[in-house]
Amino acid sequence: MKRTSALAAVAAFLWGLGASAQAREIRIGLITPLTGDVKTFGESVKNAFEMAVDEANKAGGVAGMKIAYVVVDDRNDPTEASNAANLLINRHRVKAIIGSVTSKATIPVSDLAQSFRIPAVTPTATNPKVTVADGKRKDYMFRACFIDPFQGRVMAKFARESLKTGSAAVLYDASNDYSKGIAEFFRDAFKSLGGEVAAFESYGKDDVDFSALLTKVKASNADVLFLPDYYNKVGLIAKQAREKGIKAKFIGPDGWDSPDLAKIAGEAVEGGYFSNHYSHEDTRPEVVTWVKKYKAKFGQTPDALGTLAYDATNLLFAAIRKANSDDPRKIREALASIKGFQGVTGKATMDKNGDMIKSAVIIRIEGGRQKFIKVVTP
Amino acid sequence: MEYFVQQVINGLQIGFVYALVALGYTLVYGIVRLINFAHGDVFMVGAFIGLYAIERHHLPISAVFLAAVGGCALLAMAMERVAYRPLREAPRIASLITAIGMSLFLEYFTALHQVFGPDYYSFPRPFAVTTWEVRGITLTNIQAIIFVVTLLCLGLLQFVVYRTRTGRAMRAVSYDYVTAGLMGVNVNLVISLTFALGGALAGVGGVLYGIAYPQVNTFMGVMPGLKAFTAAVLGGIGSIPGAVLGALIMGQSETLTAAYLSSTYRDGIAFLILIAVLVWKPTGILGTARTEKV
Repeated sequence: MKRTSALAAVAAFLWGLGASAQAREIRIGLITPLTGDVKTFGESVKNAFEMAVDEANKAGGVAGMKIAYVVVDDRNDPTEASNAANLLINRHRVKAIIGSVTSKATIPVSDLAQSFRIPAVTPTATNPKVTVADGKRKDYMFRACFIDPFQGRVMAKFARESLKTGSAAVLYDASNDYSKGIAEFFRDAFKSLGGEVAAFESYGKDDVDFSALLTKVKASNADVLFLPDYYNKVGLIAKQAREKGIKAKFIGPDGWDSPDLAKIAGEAVEGGYFSNHYSHEDTRPEVVTWVKKYKAKFGQTPDALGTLAYDATNLLFAAIRKANSDDPRKIREALASIKGFQGVTGKATMDKNGDMIKSAVIIRIEGGRQKFIKVVTP
Repeated sequence: MEYFVQQVINGLQIGFVYALVALGYTLVYGIVRLINFAHGDVFMVGAFIGLYAIERHHLPISAVFLAAVGGCALLAMAMERVAYRPLREAPRIASLITAIGMSLFLEYFTALHQVFGPDYYSFPRPFAVTTWEVRGITLTNIQAIIFVVTLLCLGLLQFVVYRTRTGRAMRAVSYDYVTAGLMGVNVNLVISLTFALGGALAGVGGVLYGIAYPQVNTFMGVMPGLKAFTAAVLGGIGSIPGAVLGALIMGQSETLTAAYLSSTYRDGIAFLILIAVLVWKPTGILGTARTEKV
């Protein structure tokens, strides 16, 4: 809370600057997990978001308006995320929201954004339910990333064709929409590619002992173990799996993208592969410039989450520019009318659900670092 | 067959971890008739003390356990002094609610940045993991340590409660603390000692848990606390061997359900067993019926 109020003070200060310059301003909110089990996600997103806002303000604002902002921590908890959205919308009166970061926190945010008619862009939540619920489009919700059916297919195809594996085991968190969703997409894609899913098992959010499941996985003799979860859990499972003598290759989705994964799991995740939104080793000029300026400011290599947050914030600014207004309704219309967007993570096309169609990359963990392997286009 | 044996060993590991926590619940309940819901959080504090002892002070493993035991014993005593003693004469429900309050307080207070912090921290292993493989069945040194330490604690507790003067005083307080006081037993001291003993067990448990599942956060005590409490009730709360038996049953039912049915049914089946046992024997498997003094 201390950090939140400090940030609120910063935001108030920016707001004060805007007022003294007699310029109009628009206030936006960021919801991101700054503490808890995925805090490296939240920190990257906040850094990149602030960078995008600073750049826009230095360039004279967006559509003649200075950007003021409020950051709220959701601790990767759905209830906290919905409190955060309420706070931003009803107390800080933001005109648009960036966030949240994980699917399970973003789904409640999307429902509130929809009912209060405030446009929201999530940089990184990949579950389909973020933008569509029961077949109905939540038309105030958008995202800057691809979605899990694509990601599941990418990893299934990679496991079948590049790693030449015949059978896969999947362990997922049944209480987490992201984990469960991508586990199912992976399973279906792997089967349709002629592979065998030898084990498909779930655990709970607070579980730390996976020995029963891992013994099952070991007995299934799967060639590859798919672990769709965030880095903290993946680290724990990977470590226990190696201790159980499981030799299968570990693969996973974008939830693995954290420098903490190798810190927790060490040797256990060496040689593992995961799908991601971009690689800092990409040689496109946008990526090179971005990595350079992020490193200069924060002293570390930007991960995909930060990079997507930068893209999402710029996507929102593009919409505000197009709308040339601070009216949430007009910003939403402008967002919906954007067909393509060129960000640091690459060229993206927005489909009718506000989801991005764009390429994925595959990363291999080598010596605790992320090594770029290849790009997979949709 | 190997698969079955391996799963039973897995179940034993979880079961013994639950047992360490369950012993603390059952001890305090047996003597003071209080379900100390904050026990799981004392366990969490034990894990954090272990973390700091290893990471910041590089203490040898025996000193790590000593630090956690001492710290948790003090914490439990302080908790009793501040939160439970003033309510000893109050209706039972007041101390129960206070225990829940203490639990939430410990979880959220330690989650502040100035205390332990709200994040997940990885717990450094004080020694390397060795895996022994015999005919396809693996056993790790961590599992061996958990089995040995838990059995030692069980033995020690049985000894203290049934073979020492302090233990006799504890049992006297448990029967009727007013009368025990009239007979010259220092009731406050005995209750303090009971909490200290419970806290010490939680400290050992916290460090072992950190070593076995190398990640800690301030809410890590909630689930083991709940499961251990269930195990203590299943075995007969107040009974020391009962807590261990209950915990082993919980461990086996969880692992075997995950092994042969589906992991989704795991907790469901564990609680089904609890309900079935309580219908058949409301005091738990090894519990003895006692007239409630309200």
